[in-house]
Amino acid sequence: MAAPTAALKVAVVAGGLAHERDVSIRSGRRVAQTLRDEGMEVRVWDLDAHLIPRITEWQPDVVWPLVHGADGEDGSLQDLFALLGLRFVGADGHQARIASHKPTAKALMRAVGVATPRWVTLRQSLFRQVGAKGVLDAIVTTLGLPLVVKPADGGSALGVTVVRDATELPEAMVGCFAYSDEALIEEYVEGTEVAASLVADGDGVRVLPLVEIVTEGPYDYDARYNAGRAEYFVPARLTSEHAEAVREAVSTVHEAFALGDLSRIDVLVAADGTVWVLDINVAPGMTETSLFPQAAASEGGALYAEIVRRVAEKDVTGPGISPALARPVETVSFGDSTPPAAYEG
Amino acid sequence: MTQPPRPARGNRLDPWFDSYAERAHGMRASEIRALFAVASRPEVVSLAGGMPNINSLPLDYLAELSARIMRENGPKALQYGSGQGEIFMREQIVEVMRYDAIHAHPDDVVITTGSQQALDLVTEIFINPGDVIVAEAPSYVGALGVFRAYQADVVHVPLDDDGLIPEALDATLTRLEAEGRRAKFLYTVPNYHNPAGVTLSEERRPRIVEICKRHHVLILEDNPYGLLGFDSDPLPALKSYDADQTIYLGSFSKMFGPGYRIGWAAAPHAVREKLVLASEAAILSPTMWGQMVMTAYLREYDWYTQVKEFRGEYRARGNAMMSALQEFLPETRWTVPTGGFYTWVTLPEGLDAKAMLPRAVTNLVAYVSGTAFYYDGQGADHMRLSFCYPTPENIREGVRRLSHVVHAEMELVDMFGTGPHDHPARGVETPTPDQV
Repeated sequence: MAAPTAALKVAVVAGGLAHERDVSIRSGRRVAQTLRDEGMEVRVWDLDAHLIPRITEWQPDVVWPLVHGADGEDGSLQDLFALLGLRFVGADGHQARIASHKPTAKALMRAVGVATPRWVTLRQSLFRQVGAKGVLDAIVTTLGLPLVVKPADGGSALGVTVVRDATELPEAMVGCFAYSDEALIEEYVEGTEVAASLVADGDGVRVLPLVEIVTEGPYDYDARYNAGRAEYFVPARLTSEHAEAVREAVSTVHEAFALGDLSRIDVLVAADGTVWVLDINVAPGMTETSLFPQAAASEGGALYAEIVRRVAEKDVTGPGISPALARPVETVSFGDSTPPAAYEG
Repeated sequence: MTQPPRPARGNRLDPWFDSYAERAHGMRASEIRALFAVASRPEVVSLAGGMPNINSLPLDYLAELSARIMRENGPKALQYGSGQGEIFMREQIVEVMRYDAIHAHPDDVVITTGSQQALDLVTEIFINPGDVIVAEAPSYVGALGVFRAYQADVVHVPLDDDGLIPEALDATLTRLEAEGRRAKFLYTVPNYHNPAGVTLSEERRPRIVEICKRHHVLILEDNPYGLLGFDSDPLPALKSYDADQTIYLGSFSKMFGPGYRIGWAAAPHAVREKLVLASEAAILSPTMWGQMVMTAYLREYDWYTQVKEFRGEYRARGNAMMSALQEFLPETRWTVPTGGFYTWVTLPEGLDAKAMLPRAVTNLVAYVSGTAFYYDGQGADHMRLSFCYPTPENIREGVRRLSHVVHAEMELVDMFGTGPHDHPARGVETPTPDQV
């Protein structure tokens, strides 16, 4: 009689000190229970001083990082796992860093031909040096109204404000800078709000059913985590052509950013069919009201188990020599980088 | 274009969305609640929570006491009991209330699951939707949550360093009468106010009682901190001036610990009867086990000496808070408590404590925004700082971190020319335990 196959040992890392700690812990517990139901041995650990000793002692087969916001999605945690020679779910540190820093990600989206609303990125220190009024006036003049002000990193719509009148912009900036020192100010685009969840599939990527989000007000923190505030349509009520355009755009982004095992990419589909890509999530939320689980609902826990098993089979060359660390330096062109004449002399 | 199958209705992820009572529609978890999740980490100095510091309780004694009760009286301890609470517990509570100059009979007392349940019961039996409750400005966040749940209309009355201002109360009640709106009761925390930290002066106490009596307005006197004056015994309770005018709420949560969740209401006879019926409908009976342990503790242990030890600890922490504010945040103003857990800080002009909270969490310090303590979204220019739980060293470090947050925010506000504003109440934002 053959010996039973040992259950895969999965460490879910959630929590941390980010503003989204609460969401992260809920995501972690939910993923853990799903994987336990699939027969895996799962532990949920906080991102704290106990983490490395716990990893060293328990030796998980796979780590699933579900820490949201800074530390969790900016590549630091992924680089730590790479240093420790661990197999982990999601993009490697380098890719996570690019994808989760919204201004960098938007620039790269443009470079690969994906539409994303016009934007500027401004640090708090700039306002300090040149004065706020002139900058704010220039923003309104150039990008127009309405605008979306959001922290350059972080998620769950924390610190995000839709500005419809120029008088609202200063307060939106103060609210944004409470979360981050860097603000992304983006042109507001109208459209159907759609979340695309993607998982690795063979050598390619598979787009799960698209989720359409309908809310009476903004899809803010309250709407995201209080069941009932938002209404979700799965699959999204798009024409087949528009749905295909979304799948094509998000697949392009997922592959261009090398997001690996899974991602969630948020888009707006305009009436003319333009797919505006807004945001990339390398550690998508997994709470009861999150979008990835809704997209994955038809496949149930088997999908999560499949993700883990796939990661468990990855090659890891040993501590300190992860694929991320071994990758040769790549350069990405962002198009014409010649500075305007005004910058010369 | 080909159309995909269109679901007629979306999924709200809550099959009972259309079944909730109207009062539940506003209930929601806010981003502020989420931010408090970070406050539980040891790296964060939380000046937010009202958790008592109970490390000096005689835990070995309590362990032996608990074991003895379970060994000798286990079947009774684990059984249902009287809906009003056990007579032995009520007798001890009558003795405790003597420190507040209240001379009550055990029959006047109803045992509840913390005084929070007593608040709920009183509101349940008196308040119809739209009824007026008068409360201090600011007021205890946990009480406001109950009042919202019963759809009351809360009218705030200002306080100053001597507590609730009698003239303002009289004027408010007169105005309400002129508008044809009678206040059902005055909710007040006279001692070491949460969140304001002030105490109603002895001179004002009979005046408050007289004003309420003249306007036929019941007083709901909430007194969880009364025994925790830094250097003094309690002032006479409002109830001591007129027992029939006042429902008094007491609690063991601060003078002992909140773990057993034992509080009480001492009420006029007719009110007490209704409170018992309402409590039986809600919980059948309060914890028998907790009442037995608490009664034995009060009978056998020198509990008042223990309370004095708590006072000394809170005095040291309160002093640490005052010194730290003077050292690091001289541009703010704050109340100087003579007991209890809290000080109420007024921020420099233009700052918004609610908007500033994410920055504070990033800097590993937490507080409660003043907006939590108003019914109508006021209070953005205030914050409540608690000194009950962190060590004096951590209090200093927390205020030092907070000073960086305040100074950064001052620069930002100055840069963008923004100011605080009332945050419109968005429905019932039930407080987290760390806000209470």
